[in-house]
Amino acid sequence: MYDPASAIKGKQAVFEAHPENAAVKALAELATDAKFDRAELTITVARESIIAAAKAVQQAGYNFLEDVTAVDWYPSEPRFQITYSILSHRLKERVRLVVRLAGDDASLDSITPVWPSANFYEREVFDLFGVHFGGHPNLRRIMMPEDWKGHPLRKDYPVEGYR
Amino acid sequence: MTPPVEELIGVAAVENINPGIDDLIANSARNRQNPPSGDQTMIINMGPQHPSTHGVLRLVIEVDGETIVGLAPDIGYLHTGIEKTCEAKFYQQVVPMTDRIDYLCPMTNNLAYALAVEKLLGLEIPERAQYLRVLFNELTRIQSHLVWLGTHAMDIGALTVFLYCFREREQLLRIFEAVAGQRMMTSYVRVGGLSLEPPRDIYDKIRTFLKEFPAHIDEYEGLLQTNPIWMNRLKGVGYLSPEDAIALGVTGPPLRASGVDFDVRRDMPYSGYEKFQFNVPVSDIGDVWARYIVRMQEFRESVKICLQALDGLPEGRIVADAPKIILPNREQMKTQMESLIHHFKIVTEGFGVPAGEVCSSVEAPHGMMNYYVVSDGTAKPYRVHMRNPGFATLQALETMCKGRLLADVVAVIGSIDIVLGEIDR
Repeated sequence: MYDPASAIKGKQAVFEAHPENAAVKALAELATDAKFDRAELTITVARESIIAAAKAVQQAGYNFLEDVTAVDWYPSEPRFQITYSILSHRLKERVRLVVRLAGDDASLDSITPVWPSANFYEREVFDLFGVHFGGHPNLRRIMMPEDWKGHPLRKDYPVEGYR
Repeated sequence: MTPPVEELIGVAAVENINPGIDDLIANSARNRQNPPSGDQTMIINMGPQHPSTHGVLRLVIEVDGETIVGLAPDIGYLHTGIEKTCEAKFYQQVVPMTDRIDYLCPMTNNLAYALAVEKLLGLEIPERAQYLRVLFNELTRIQSHLVWLGTHAMDIGALTVFLYCFREREQLLRIFEAVAGQRMMTSYVRVGGLSLEPPRDIYDKIRTFLKEFPAHIDEYEGLLQTNPIWMNRLKGVGYLSPEDAIALGVTGPPLRASGVDFDVRRDMPYSGYEKFQFNVPVSDIGDVWARYIVRMQEFRESVKICLQALDGLPEGRIVADAPKIILPNREQMKTQMESLIHHFKIVTEGFGVPAGEVCSSVEAPHGMMNYYVVSDGTAKPYRVHMRNPGFATLQALETMCKGRLLADVVAVIGSIDIVLGEIDR
């Protein structure tokens, strides 16, 4: 069974436990927090530095952006957690980048300049969570109809809808 | 009186249905860098009800004559909010939802979800269950590839292949029915193991199928591989470079057909795949033909894996030893007080999962499938997100089709093997 004590939490502890990890090396400057839990590395970066962080891990060999998604931690703040899952074909491992956003200012830079595949993923997050990605080439709803009101995957949106 | 040509091909209809569509084309990244050649281009609507779009995919295609200069997929017609629904269910109740995401590979979806929750719980899965999971996943891959081959060939005009493919698929669906009680929505792989011990005679049936199947692959290849129409329609069409494939998030057979040698089963093994010997077919040609060749070879590799799983199938339990998570069998439930309590608690309250976030990754027939599950410590998942291969692969459609003829779109859609259920979720 899972033992919560096995998780390594905090930037310093993770960076000391995995000094050879390529993502840890690449994000030594940019990381604000880190976690190594269930054999998965999660690194938190500030909102302003997401493009720089994406470029840094890309340089370090994490060549494939798998996914961009979000978690709504309503009603606690910072409300939104944007999760980037990035894979390395060469190193055969993945790193998870996390950006935390306040509920009243849910916006950050799009990483489409680094990985064009972020286009659809970010549109999905925009559609279902209402997080705004600055610099996105075509930020419009992708799942819901164009005239839909609200963002269904937010926690304050009822499962059955408003009607 | 004959209506004007524009109406026949649907230009007027597009403008009436959705006034935002001009915007869609105008805003596409391609157009801002490279504006179309003035008033020479035309916008054509394809789908959502179109036999070759494999579901309800709508494409807005900008053509110059018959040459494609722009293409924008419009999806969401099958969006049912599965991710939202999952948040309102117990962990074990999510399993049937996962079947319905990609209805051509339900077992793979079940497995990806089960692996994620098992990782959250830290459960050890018995070896017998792992082998059976591999066995049925590979059979699912064969089944899904059969649908791909049949529909792909039918789109190109080779109707015979479709009938042969569905003949073999029927045998597989009967095997699934015998094992799980359902032909398509199997829900067979559960958190902690499998739902049922397979019937004893099923192994012989699977062996018979696997023995006959290579001859059937030869049969399909005999119908297609040297057919001049098939070759002309596939070779050199829909080229995707390895750099574009990686940049656009393409995974699975289309990625390997573009020359990137990556397979989750081999490179990041799950469910005991490291114990199996198999090759990963790769081609560096990068066109529709290469994708066809890669998948045809995957048929044979899957047969190899299935035979190894049958030969090496160990004895033992098919569920983990975790009475508070896995339902007891009926016999125990009716005779033992403890089991009755566990049964009652699991059904009424679910089971708590330690807080945390995990990502499980499997190689589905269509590409890499990830399940991202976040737990807040309660019996219901806080967030379930599926990274489905088709959603990302669809982004590469424009790159593959641009500069080609309109008729090639059908071949390219067939070659990326999308299922709209998983794209829209």
